[in-house]
Amino acid sequence: MMDNLLFIVLPYIAVTLFVVVSIYRYITDKFSYSSLSSQLLESDELFYGVVPWHIGIIGALTGHLIGFLFPKEVLWFNGVPVRLYILETTGLVFGLLALIGIVALMWRRIRMPRIRSVTSTVDTIVLVLLFAQVVLGVYTALFYRWGSSWYAASAVPYLRSLLFFQPDIEMVKPLPHIIKTHIINAFLIIAIFPFSRLVHMVSLPIEYLWRPYQVVIWNWNRKKIRGQYSLSKAKEDSNMNVIGR
Amino acid sequence: MDVRLQVSMVFHLDKCIGCHTCSIACKNVWTDRKGAEYMWWNNVETKPGTGYPTKWEDQSKYNGGWEKKDNGKPELKMGNRASRLINIFHNPSLPKMDDYYEPFTYKYEDLFDSPEGADQPTARPISMVTGKFMDIEAGPNWDDDLGGSPVYAENDANFEGLSPEEQQELFDVERLVFFYLPRICNHCLNPACVAACPSGAIYKRGEDGIVLINQEVCRGWRMCVSACPYKKTYYNWSTGKSEKCILCFPRLETGQAPACFHSCVGRIRYLGGILYDADRLTDALNVDDDKLVDAHRDLILDPRDPVVREKAKENGIDERTLEACERSPVYRYVKEWKMALPLHSEFRTLPMLFYVPPLLPVMAKTENGVYETANDELFSPIEKARLPIKYLASLFSAGNTDQVSYALKKQYAVRLFKRLETVGDVSEEVVNYALAECGMDAEEAEAVYRLTSLPTMDERVVIPPMHREEAMAMLDDDMWEQKGSAGFGFREAPVRGA
Repeated sequence: MMDNLLFIVLPYIAVTLFVVVSIYRYITDKFSYSSLSSQLLESDELFYGVVPWHIGIIGALTGHLIGFLFPKEVLWFNGVPVRLYILETTGLVFGLLALIGIVALMWRRIRMPRIRSVTSTVDTIVLVLLFAQVVLGVYTALFYRWGSSWYAASAVPYLRSLLFFQPDIEMVKPLPHIIKTHIINAFLIIAIFPFSRLVHMVSLPIEYLWRPYQVVIWNWNRKKIRGQYSLSKAKEDSNMNVIGR
Repeated sequence: MDVRLQVSMVFHLDKCIGCHTCSIACKNVWTDRKGAEYMWWNNVETKPGTGYPTKWEDQSKYNGGWEKKDNGKPELKMGNRASRLINIFHNPSLPKMDDYYEPFTYKYEDLFDSPEGADQPTARPISMVTGKFMDIEAGPNWDDDLGGSPVYAENDANFEGLSPEEQQELFDVERLVFFYLPRICNHCLNPACVAACPSGAIYKRGEDGIVLINQEVCRGWRMCVSACPYKKTYYNWSTGKSEKCILCFPRLETGQAPACFHSCVGRIRYLGGILYDADRLTDALNVDDDKLVDAHRDLILDPRDPVVREKAKENGIDERTLEACERSPVYRYVKEWKMALPLHSEFRTLPMLFYVPPLLPVMAKTENGVYETANDELFSPIEKARLPIKYLASLFSAGNTDQVSYALKKQYAVRLFKRLETVGDVSEEVVNYALAECGMDAEEAEAVYRLTSLPTMDERVVIPPMHREEAMAMLDDDMWEQKGSAGFGFREAPVRGA
């Protein structure tokens, strides 16, 4: 019963919240979407927290995504011990980077009055959840020898069963408590995502790499409004116009 | 030829009295909010001095502005696009709050609520960030009037080109000199803040060239703050969004002068429309430093030229706007008279706020240890000016002393010209020589005098019609849908996201 609640009901609630609230918030309150950086208030210590944290967590999440997309390949890769060690070590390095980062960030946030003054309750909850998640992840990497294979063989089929709306929790039941907690905590983070500053993740500005440097926006179509100008051409030219590429 | 309109500005520094009324007008209208207390979209600094934020001109520290590249494509000094995304977690060239100052207020309640005692109660300063007691280490205008001071004036970034002797002269008590430099956003033609914004939240308005930050698109990546070499975009630490001077566009759209222009006591501020050729922007950016001012001026088109008018109309610029451009005081100072110069054009953003360099002090110098208020010449010529031309050139013409000399000589000639007319104690020869030296005739001298000394509000601020009513009509197929549903600002208070 408890397992059903934690591994079937919770995930669906979490993902529903994630999708519905993120979109609702984006539509109704775009202004609240921000990284809420505190670098202006304190910059030097931030560096030692925020950089390892982001490198670590992006690496770790990418690892999880690869495992989710290609579980068979991961299992095959792990078939040779050397390769298993390489994968596990890589994961551990990313995990440790994230751990160092989040500890530095928490320490900074607790200690500095300026940073405390821009800390909300949600920030605190998110920090605690993330810290717990990283600790559990690093613990798994350190003390369970086949973490990555476990993930590919047990957790991924379970996650995929959720995805296709045929929840099957038989595979996760026998897992150690540490790993179970890791899974539950992950869904808690997904649930709180749309209510927190974590939404800055979805606005990663990749488009910047190819957009023209200068942005000029016309509030009215300059030619359509007064010049002799065909409507179809006006549509082409409207709104975005660019100088000095 | 791609003719566009820019609402452009001139600040006449010879008239600035450093009263900070502009700063206060702006502060009261726009930045009297949580997270914006430390921002001064308009500030007035004392030169020589380090300014606000401290040493903002030193781009080896802040990495602002553009750099000329051999391939003809200027690149931001901060680095290329990829480096911006790599540094998105921690921006290495972001100024710290202490480079501006930590905003503070005082605990005034203590003056009333303190228990009776032997001592007078005091109002201790408290931080507006943390709400805790603090020791004030800097504040707005902290270096006000401190020209000649060791900590502030000595660290002015513009002293780099001056010899140690020239520098030392500026710190002799009898010779020390300073002037005021009011600064707002330059609403550049090649804005570095726009180019640096990963989210694409900053844009230049096509109709009038005002540079704005869309608060709903900004994600707080902070790149604009470091990219702007003038440090005129600010990060609101409370809302997590960047903000900047909006040239009071809600006022401009309703035909009123921006708050800082309206309140200017010295009447130093001029505003008007400028037509420029957007096709030639890149060319103007690819010249050497000493030619930048000329290249910048070349972009500006004559609103009376029939070809320009024709092309402007093709681009949808209205006849009434062209008429306003003809009366633009900015056009006269910048293009016709060549008296107004851009601030630090070597940053290559093509700033559209121009400065008439200060001629003062015209009289008084020390000779053999004696302070002489009267010279053999009535006004001491600019060669004898206390402020080295090189210093002014570092500020206003990327080191090209000819540009600054010309602007000063013109002011000097106009003074002599009027002196002859009103008092008559200078010889006509001297006046004619001074006029000829800068290629000016009596008619022009009179015009310069009038626009400098006696302009009315309508002559100083010529706002081109913004035609917002037509912009509204363009928003939707059904224009009535917008009626009564749009206004300024937010429908709800802009609160910080979780």
